[in-house]
Formats: sequence, structure tokens, C-alpha cells
Amino acid sequence: MTGTNESPEPTSKNAVEISGMNKWYGNFHALVDINLTVRHGERIVICGPSGSGKSTLIRCINRLEEHQEGSIIVEGTELSSDLKGIDQIRSEVGMCFQHFNLFPHLTIMENCTLAPIWVRKTPRSDAEKTAMYFLEKVKIPEQAHKYPGQLSGGQQQRVAIARSLCMRPRIMLFDEPTSALDPEMIKEVLDTMIELAEDGMTMVCVTHEMGFARQVADRVIFMDEGQIVEQNQPKEFFDNPQNERTQLFLSQILGH
Amino acid sequence: MNSVSYVRTEMASVRPAPKMYVGLVAWARENLFGGWLNSVLTILSILAIAFFLVESVPWVFQSSWTATSLRGCREAIAATYGEGVSGACWAVIRERYLQLLYGFFPSDSYWRPNLTLILLFVALAPILFTRFPRKMLWFSAAYPFLGVWLLWGGSLWDIAVIPLGLAVGCAAFFAIARAFGSLPGIIGAVLITLLFWIFLAGPLAGILQGIIPFLHLESVESAKFGGFMLSTTIGVTGIACSLPIGILLALGRQSDLLIVKSICVGFIEFIRGVPLITLLFVASTLLNIFLPPGTNFDLILRVIIMVTLFASAYIAEVVRGGLASLPKGQYEAADALGLDYWKSMRLIILPQALKVSIPGIVSTFIGLFKDTTLVSIIGLLDPLGLSNAIRADGNWNGIVWELYVFVAVIFFVFCFAMSRYSMYLERKLETGHDR
Ligand SMILES: Nc1ncnc2c1ncn2[C@@H]1O[C@H](COP(=O)(O)OP(=O)(O)OP(=O)(O)O)[C@@H](O)[C@H]1O
Ligand SMILES: [Mg+2]
Repeated sequence: MTGTNESPEPTSKNAVEISGMNKWYGNFHALVDINLTVRHGERIVICGPSGSGKSTLIRCINRLEEHQEGSIIVEGTELSSDLKGIDQIRSEVGMCFQHFNLFPHLTIMENCTLAPIWVRKTPRSDAEKTAMYFLEKVKIPEQAHKYPGQLSGGQQQRVAIARSLCMRPRIMLFDEPTSALDPEMIKEVLDTMIELAEDGMTMVCVTHEMGFARQVADRVIFMDEGQIVEQNQPKEFFDNPQNERTQLFLSQILGH
Repeated sequence: MNSVSYVRTEMASVRPAPKMYVGLVAWARENLFGGWLNSVLTILSILAIAFFLVESVPWVFQSSWTATSLRGCREAIAATYGEGVSGACWAVIRERYLQLLYGFFPSDSYWRPNLTLILLFVALAPILFTRFPRKMLWFSAAYPFLGVWLLWGGSLWDIAVIPLGLAVGCAAFFAIARAFGSLPGIIGAVLITLLFWIFLAGPLAGILQGIIPFLHLESVESAKFGGFMLSTTIGVTGIACSLPIGILLALGRQSDLLIVKSICVGFIEFIRGVPLITLLFVASTLLNIFLPPGTNFDLILRVIIMVTLFASAYIAEVVRGGLASLPKGQYEAADALGLDYWKSMRLIILPQALKVSIPGIVSTFIGLFKDTTLVSIIGLLDPLGLSNAIRADGNWNGIVWELYVFVAVIFFVFCFAMSRYSMYLERKLETGHDR
């Protein structure tokens, strides 16, 4: 691995520090008193029932959603409404979406080189080399000159991961990356994510793939009604859940 | 017992499909006579077309090209094809086509509009077709100024100071924006550009003219413009300016900035709520009342501004439809990659939104081009205005069809070309089904 982090020294000890964070949609209290610290190189899996605020939480980390109270510090920079450098933060934080969100009018290669060229000002030839490197890593270099519409869902999601990696992010956020995929494609995407985790990437994943959580997560966080209800190492979390909401959720999700 | 087992011992030979299912017969069966309703409609349509051709073809060809008046035409046709035959009097076109094309432009300078038109295609080539070298875009950028100089004449320097002012404005924008942010940058740049044009441009052009005195064409005043030359000038300028303005209006309408948004919504709704004719009357008469007396604000320029504003409001709505059709995920993915607003618009959002909007945009362009004929109402001599003038001439009094057919055919060629180009573009931008 050529090193996912370009800059030699991490600017702060923790990748993400969230403290006392609250978020409302109108009058609806979507996130309640969130405290969460993600260390460099840590892999975190967030799970919880639908509507519990998982997406909202990780979208706050790259400010796709704004929080109203408390603080979020990403790589030493606090996110606030008057922050001019939000694009700077976002370029350090990669994100993969449930529905891939590839750019359909650009080829796979152009999807992967666009942000490095326009945000990082990388020369095109270097950007293409990097893109090829990551497309090989997600095992689809031969698709580089196709358009997203010509790829299967699993391939598209792997391209989306490669696209984020091309920016050499310090943190990767995943919002249910496999839940729009057919079962046989889930594995190929999870394999890519496992490999990424083994390379030491800091990852925050919203997912219901409990096998993945057991295998790679350093910590599993369970959310319900906008609150962090329980967090623990995966073994403890799955074998010995404390909160009864967690027990109920796990029995539902693992029970069949 | 063994009836389910079967082994082929000899391969059957392949045969051509029966005649009924291939070639012309199959095509006609499928497309013209599939079912009785289809057949009846086909026969009725053929009859209608036949009737139209029987009526019109003789009129088109049993015609006179040489007479000098409508009466002369009638006599010539009667003499050649027999009494009572009604034929077209194309002689009027032969006599007046230069006027219909150029208006009252000085005839020894016809090369100027001709050259402008040829250069227009050169300037458009790299914009419309990606296979032309990108360097040609520099010519496209210079073309508007070159075109103005060729058509209106005068000193090239008088026109060269206009882009110079824009360049000064851009430089000012970057200088001010770096120090004070982009909003003061825009305001400062606009002010400096205007000041440059008002106070510096004239003297500067005079000095340059003194240094390099050639490059001077005989000036032609706007009143001499007419015919298709006038329509194309208004139409092409309107089209070229209304697209960027329309896009900006559409983006403004989507903006989070309340003031920008209100201005754009107000502008769009006002323009769309007012007939174009009203705007043209404002341009031709009312504006004079508000402008300080003695200012000579070119009528054609005023009309172009009105037509552009009118079309850009419609373009804005078409583009807004395209923007709204994009999934929110595209905006989020662009944001998540760290692209700023303008880059994500330019690289991600607009290419997709404009692609969706192509049919609507081209419809608006075609509408704009045909609406240029409305300028005849405020006294400009576009092809329809000239037709009226020709029909008022004693020699051609009473002629109708020939002039309008001629005008219609030329408009059709322009509009059909635009429509075909839009279909070509849509096919070219096809990138497999979007998910
Ligand atoms: N833009 C919005 N406006 C108003 N309410 C919203 C908005 N987005 C989300 N919500 C609400 O916030 C709550 C949390 O939503 P969120 O999408 O974070 O849930 P989630 O845990 O990701 O659920 P899922 O597993 O279904 O994706 C939900 O009740 C949802 O209805
Ligand atoms: Mg979600």
C-alpha cells in the first residue's frame, strides 16, 4: 500500500470528535446528545433500526447535514456554519452512498479523476495512474472506459469506493453501501471494504452486515431514536448485549 | 416407452424467411396496413397528400420567372400554359430576393454580411462539434466583435475596446475578490468595466486609430439592415446570449440566497407574463422617453436585448426542469468529493441537466428565431416587413403566396437544421441507461 494518508503527520490525535451534538429537522429531534470519538485507523460500525438517525449522524460528519448544537471536530477542524473551508474537509473525508451516486455522464475513469484534477489540482496523467491503481484494487480496471450505466450494481459500488479513495481521504464514511445490492454482489463489495480496513483506513460504516461488523469492526455502535444506546467491541456487543433495545434489535436481525 | 429420447441424425438446412416477412412487403404490412384502422388511415393520408400535390405542383411549376409585374406574370403564364391557368409569379422573388436577404444594406458591401455568415459557421463549429480543434474556441470568442465590426462597419478599434473593457473587468474581479471576497469582486468588476467603457474606451479607440489608421470599414446604420440578415442577426445574438443568462437565472432561482432567488423569480415571472410585442414596443418607443434626450441607443440593439431577455426567461424555466430532474444524490456526491458550488454545477450538475433540457432549449431557440418576425410591427424591415413593403408596390400589388412561401422555406431550413442538430446531440450524449 502506497499509504492512504498523503500528509505525514496526522493533524490531531483523533479523526473525528463529536461532543454534545444535537440536530433537529424542523421540530423533530433527529440526533440527541451525541458523543463519539473516532481514533485514527479505527473501524466503527453503526447499526440500528430504520429511522434511528444513522444516516443523519454520518452525514453530519462531512456536513451534508448541519447540526445545531454541540461540536464536531474532523481532523482538528471544527465544523461550523461560517466555515469557508468545508470543501477542504470534504476532500479529506470520502463517502459512499447507498445508491452509489456515480456521475452517469462521465466514464468510470472520469468519475475517478474528476475530483483529484479539479479539487486537488493533480495533473491528469497522475490522476489517471492513481485511478487505475484503485480500480485494480477494487478489481475492475477493465471497466475504466465504460459508463456507470453499463455496470452492475456491485461494480458501481466498487467504482464509488475507488472514486472516494482517489482523493486519498483520511476517513471513509459508508452509508449502507450494500443494502441496494443483490446478495451475490454484496460479497464483492464487502470484500473490498474488508481489504480497505486491513490497509488501516479509518472507517465509519452504517451497515446491517453483522458478519462484516464481527470481522473488521473495532467498535459497534447501536442507535435508536436518535441516540447512541450502546457501544462495545463486536464480540461483547453481539454475544452479550446489555440494553434491551439492543437485544430486541439483534434478535430481530439475527433471528432469521 | 422411450419416446422422450431423441437424437438428431441430420442437420436441417436453413432457409431464407418467406417473402411475406422480409423486405418492402413486410415493411408495408407492418407500418402501413397493420389492422383495418391503420389501413383506412393510410389510404386517407395518401389521398390527402395526392390532392395537395395535384393542386400545388402545377402552380409551382407553371410559373413565370421573368415578368416585371404581377400583371406581366399573369399574361406570360396565360400565353405559355393557356388561359385560366393559375401559376406562381416567382418573378417577384427574382426581382426582390436581394432585398429580402439583405434589406437596404449597400449592395457593394454584400460581401460583409456574407463573410459574417461564413465566419459564423466557423465560430460555431468547435462549439457544436467536439471533433474540431479546441483552439478554434478562441476564434469563437472573438467572433461576436468581429461580426459587429463587419456588419456595422466603422473602426475596428471602436469595437476592440469593448472586449478590452471586459478583460479589465475580469482582472479587477480577481484582484478585488482575492482581497475582499467574491461579492465585492463582482460589484467592483462591473463598476470598473462600466467606467472603462464610458470614460476611457472612446479616447483610447481614438488614440489607437491614430496609431494604426487602417482597418476602417464604411459605417452602415441600423436603419439599412433588413431581410433575413436582420432576422439572423437578432436571432443568433438572442440565442447566444439567452442560453447563459437563462442558465444563470435557473441557478439563481434554485439558490439559497433569498435576494438572488427573489430577483430571479421576479424577473422570470414578469417576463413570462408579458407578451413579446409589448416588450418590443417598450424597446422602440417608451425607452426613448426614459433615456436622456439625444442619446442614440441603437434600435436593433434594443430589440436584441428585449428578445434575449424574453428568451432567457423561458430557457431558465426549461433548465430548471432539467435541474429538478436530477436525483439529489448527484448534488451530494459532488459536495462529498469537495467540489465547490461552481465546479459542481459546471462539471456535474449542468452537463446532466442541460442534456435533459436539450429538446426544450432548442424549442425555445426555434421559437425565438421565428419571433424575430414580430419586429416588423415596430417598423423594422425583417422579411415579413419587407414582404408588406413589396406588396404595397404598384407592380406587385396583390401578390401573396409567392413571398410568404419563399420566407417560410428559408425559415424552415434554419429551424429544421436546429431541430436535427438537437437530435444528433441527444444521440451523441447517450451513455447507456441511467440507474
Ligand atoms: N430531510 C429530512 N427532513 C425531515 N426529517 C428527516 C430528514 N431526513 C431524515 N429525517 C428523519 O430523521 C430520522 C432519521 O433519519 P435517518 O435517515 O438518519 O435514519 P436511518 O437510521 O438512516 O434510517 P434507515 O436505516 O432507514 O436509512 C427519521 O425519522 C427521518 O424521518
Ligand atoms: Mg439511512
